[in-house]
Amino acid sequence: MIQHVTNPVLEVHDLTVSYQRKPVLWDVDLTLPHEALVGIIGPNGAGKSTLIKAIMGLLPLNSGYVELFGKPMAEVRQKVSYVPQRESVDWDFPASALDVAMMGTYGQLGLFRRPGAKQRHQAMEALEKVGMQDFANRQISQLSGGQQQRVFLARALAQDADLYLMDEPFAGVDIATETAIIELLRLMRDAGKTVVVVHHDLQSAQDYFDWIILLNMRLVASGPTNETLTPALLEKTYGGRLTELSRVSELLQKQNFPIRETKPSRK
Amino acid sequence: MNTLWEFLSMSDANVRFVTIGSILLAASSAVVGCFTVLRKRALVGDAVAHAVLPGVCLAFILTGEKNPLILLLGSFVTGWLSLILIDVITAKSRIKEDTAIGLVLSVFFGVGILFLTSIQHSGNENQSGLDKFLFGSAAALVGQDLITFGAVAVLLLASVLLLYKEFKLLSFDMAYARTIGLPVRTLELLLTTLTVLAVVVGIQSVGVVLMSAMLITPAAAARFWTDRLGIMVTIAALMSAFCGAAGAFVSFTAPAMPTGPWIVMLLSLLAILSFILAPKKGLLARYLLQRRVRRQMTRENILKTLFHLGEPTAEYEHAYTKQQILERRKQPLLRMNKGLEVLCRQGLVKKNAQGWALTVAGKKEAQRVVRLHRLWELYLTQYLQVASDHVHEDAESIEHVLTPELEKRLEELLNFPTTDPHQTSIPQQS
Repeated sequence: MIQHVTNPVLEVHDLTVSYQRKPVLWDVDLTLPHEALVGIIGPNGAGKSTLIKAIMGLLPLNSGYVELFGKPMAEVRQKVSYVPQRESVDWDFPASALDVAMMGTYGQLGLFRRPGAKQRHQAMEALEKVGMQDFANRQISQLSGGQQQRVFLARALAQDADLYLMDEPFAGVDIATETAIIELLRLMRDAGKTVVVVHHDLQSAQDYFDWIILLNMRLVASGPTNETLTPALLEKTYGGRLTELSRVSELLQKQNFPIRETKPSRK
Repeated sequence: MNTLWEFLSMSDANVRFVTIGSILLAASSAVVGCFTVLRKRALVGDAVAHAVLPGVCLAFILTGEKNPLILLLGSFVTGWLSLILIDVITAKSRIKEDTAIGLVLSVFFGVGILFLTSIQHSGNENQSGLDKFLFGSAAALVGQDLITFGAVAVLLLASVLLLYKEFKLLSFDMAYARTIGLPVRTLELLLTTLTVLAVVVGIQSVGVVLMSAMLITPAAAARFWTDRLGIMVTIAALMSAFCGAAGAFVSFTAPAMPTGPWIVMLLSLLAILSFILAPKKGLLARYLLQRRVRRQMTRENILKTLFHLGEPTAEYEHAYTKQQILERRKQPLLRMNKGLEVLCRQGLVKKNAQGWALTVAGKKEAQRVVRLHRLWELYLTQYLQVASDHVHEDAESIEHVLTPELEKRLEELLNFPTTDPHQTSIPQQS
């Protein structure tokens, strides 16, 4: 069940991505609607993070292309914001919560220009939205896991984008924080933004998201929540890997085969 | 004192050169070093420092003269090459980064020594002083050299100042930096180049072997004093500048003393002092905190013991001898004496002919501790399903940490209990 939309906010076209010559995502082809809260769901190692990293242009593509707002990434960077996994950075870095939130404004500032009062204000506003204003001057390693996650969210908010891609924002977060975050994401959606979230918990997925992407090395489903979170599709997603697909992936890696004979070209 | 004055007045042009040179070199490598350390590439600086030697020698062999600009260029090329090689080895083979660094460092340094030896036997009279690159010689920093190296140092400081925000983000979160469209590749290359440049100019004063200390030590020391990057970079630069000047002063007073090694020694001393004395993160601060906590625990335990002694008869303000207290609760006598003394001063315990007794305030404090102990025991049995004969040990230490907020939470959670799991009553707040 792969449902496409017209005039999508994000189009992923025939995307294949590999790690160290081993394909981890095969021929993913999907489109996402405007003003939606989208959940990417799948078992461990399904390629959920890989998908959003590939969309953000952080990984080389073996095939296909990604278009946001009908344009390639390079042209619309300011309108897209990425929230990496919390563990991807060293939190012992000498910076305060405000410093990190302020990094969200660096993109629009451009090279060489220093953040000033306006950027500080923007960052403070973002911290307020996630309820971290009282911790603005706290060194980031002294924050709890949930608070660190919220600082990352604040950084993305300070960027003031239209599309947000978040890698496991609920990982290692307590219930109260999770509720606060999802409330915030809903507000963002209602304000016309699209939020894509890598998510682990099937139970909460049902009422968090209005669009679901089911992933397990390949795209199993993409569509409105009530049509995708069906027992049959979940069985397809979680019912083990396609052994043939894994086998071919391993063969490609072991024997150093090229994954595509030609380099990807746009359209 | 006179010598210090003479030094500070900088009337001697030579002194002026060496001092300004040392300060500039030390400060610029410290600033670049902060980013090297934060990007966890501290060892890379060492590799570059060693890889610079063959470049210096090769430049000399090819031109036959000691033009600082050409030597600089030669060292820059091999220093850079070594970094590229480390990256290529790490990316294209199964060799991990630390191994690659070790390999590249030793191969380049070996080749460098080879060249150096052959130059020394070549009979070219220009070659004297080339071996200074091994251990450095700030005293040779004069005239043309100083201008060249000084310019590079200023260039380094200026680039970091200009691209501070970019380097900060790059060091903290490279993936995010890429997603907001920063030219990460270029910036990384630039930062690498700056590291190489810092090493290349720094080598003039401290030499190949000690160079990585100039990069890493100030950054590591500065990190102890602050949690802000800007302040960290400033402290590192100031520390290094001070050590640079001090090193120059040492070799001014005792010409036999080498400047470079002195700079490194002083820097290391500062680093050790930071490690011990820095507020909060320093060894001493942590030790003092620990000692305060331990003393607090001893005092609370004494109060609690006096309370326990009075509990059967409900005569809490009765006096007991040290012996009786010790019988009830074993603890080092010395620590107890000290604790009793402080408690006396705080007005929680008073001394009379029969021994030591709780005051009204002391009883209240003792009650608080006993209360927390029993609340925690109850919490453990009810919420963690710990057997009631196992909870005492746990509560013995937890009673000292619980805050008033947690106490309130526990009370609400346990529905304002009056007895603990051992059926003894929980003293209520008065």
